[in-house]
Amino acid sequence: MSNVEKMMSTEEKKAVETLLFQLADDDFLFSYRGSEWLGLAPHIEEDVASSSITQDSMGHAAMYYKLLEDLGLGNADDLAHLRPAVERKNSVLTERINGDGYYMDTPQYDWAYTVVRSYFYTQAKRAKINSLKESSYKPLQEIAVKVSMELYYHVMHWKLWFKQLLSSTEEAKTKMMSAIELVVADMGDLFSYGEQKEPIERFDLIDSEEKIQNAWLEALRPTFEKLELDLPIIPEPKLNGRNGQHTDELQAAIDTLSEVYRIDTATNW
Amino acid sequence: MVALIKNSQNLEVWKVLESVKDPEIDTVSIVDLGMVEKVEVEAEQIKVTLLPTFLGCPALEIIRTNTKNAVMGLSFAKNVEVEFIFSPPWTSDRVTENGKKGLKEFGIAAPPRHLEEDGSWHVDCPYCNSTYVTMENIFGPTACRSILYCKSCKTPFEAMKPVSTIM
Ligand SMILES: [Zn+2]
Repeated sequence: MSNVEKMMSTEEKKAVETLLFQLADDDFLFSYRGSEWLGLAPHIEEDVASSSITQDSMGHAAMYYKLLEDLGLGNADDLAHLRPAVERKNSVLTERINGDGYYMDTPQYDWAYTVVRSYFYTQAKRAKINSLKESSYKPLQEIAVKVSMELYYHVMHWKLWFKQLLSSTEEAKTKMMSAIELVVADMGDLFSYGEQKEPIERFDLIDSEEKIQNAWLEALRPTFEKLELDLPIIPEPKLNGRNGQHTDELQAAIDTLSEVYRIDTATNW
Repeated sequence: MVALIKNSQNLEVWKVLESVKDPEIDTVSIVDLGMVEKVEVEAEQIKVTLLPTFLGCPALEIIRTNTKNAVMGLSFAKNVEVEFIFSPPWTSDRVTENGKKGLKEFGIAAPPRHLEEDGSWHVDCPYCNSTYVTMENIFGPTACRSILYCKSCKTPFEAMKPVSTIM
């Protein structure tokens, strides 16, 4: 690992770090939102399935944070829990709340929203992971191969939900359509690499933004055609999470999870 | 002579690793599951390299501790290091014949080797060997297992998910 590090220029190292933070923070927030569903999913089988996906995704985030630790950026757990919102590089889509109400209180989470977000997100992750299998950064390439195998089941799961809800009752369909609108509105930065776009692409760390976004659209196409829906049009980002621009929903999430983490770390003493 | 001793010590480590069971399935060891990638013995320094089945698996730390403790029990062990690596990735075809037997004993169908074109797969019921089974939930109680139902003996059972590099 340290050999790889030595061979990299400052510029390349910066690009690697930025991409790693984007991947790590995305999966971390995505699985945090997933974990809030624990015990609240539509039925027990789904509870088992989504907590399994959440656990896998948390494992993926941990791997990326570990690579950052190897690059000398600090302890992986601290990187995950203690960085403030302005330093976060996750896409806005992953930080959004599941719906109104606090987890411990009377949550009124929106399952349709979760299905759409999870399907679109995991399919986008699929496109990135496929490309990362060829990354010029070896440690990332190796992780991508492993993540890919687990992701296979995640995509399958969310695609099934997506299809089923959109081909059931009118009510379900209406809810799904408005969920799609909400999710797509936040997708502006999902395929963005932010300010580091140029070096990230130049060093062949991953395919270009455009290429990943196209791969994502092509992956959705058969499903959308079968359901007779138009493919989504990704808007320009209003906030770009890759550059540290976020909603208040992120800060609230970080407050909650860092508080739990601090208590946890304290009891370990 | 030194080489011979090293070699026999290496075998002893492998042997003791067979006593390290999956924390949830006590009929299979980490060797049976194909999780042990490498054993290195250098003087009193022993290093065991393991492959995690799934990245987020909560049992990994338990496995690490149990592995360490088991190897420390060897008379020549002074320093034991257990490392998890991701490359090569663990795949379900690493499960040995012995592992498959152990899984079946526990009521878990071994991971199938063959995947259909649409990604679906088939296993037989570990209890009555019937092929008349349905998938209940692809995500079982742990990341690496799925829940199925046998329509012949009317028993729910689990199967270890196939995991391969073509996915
Ligand atoms: Zn049966």
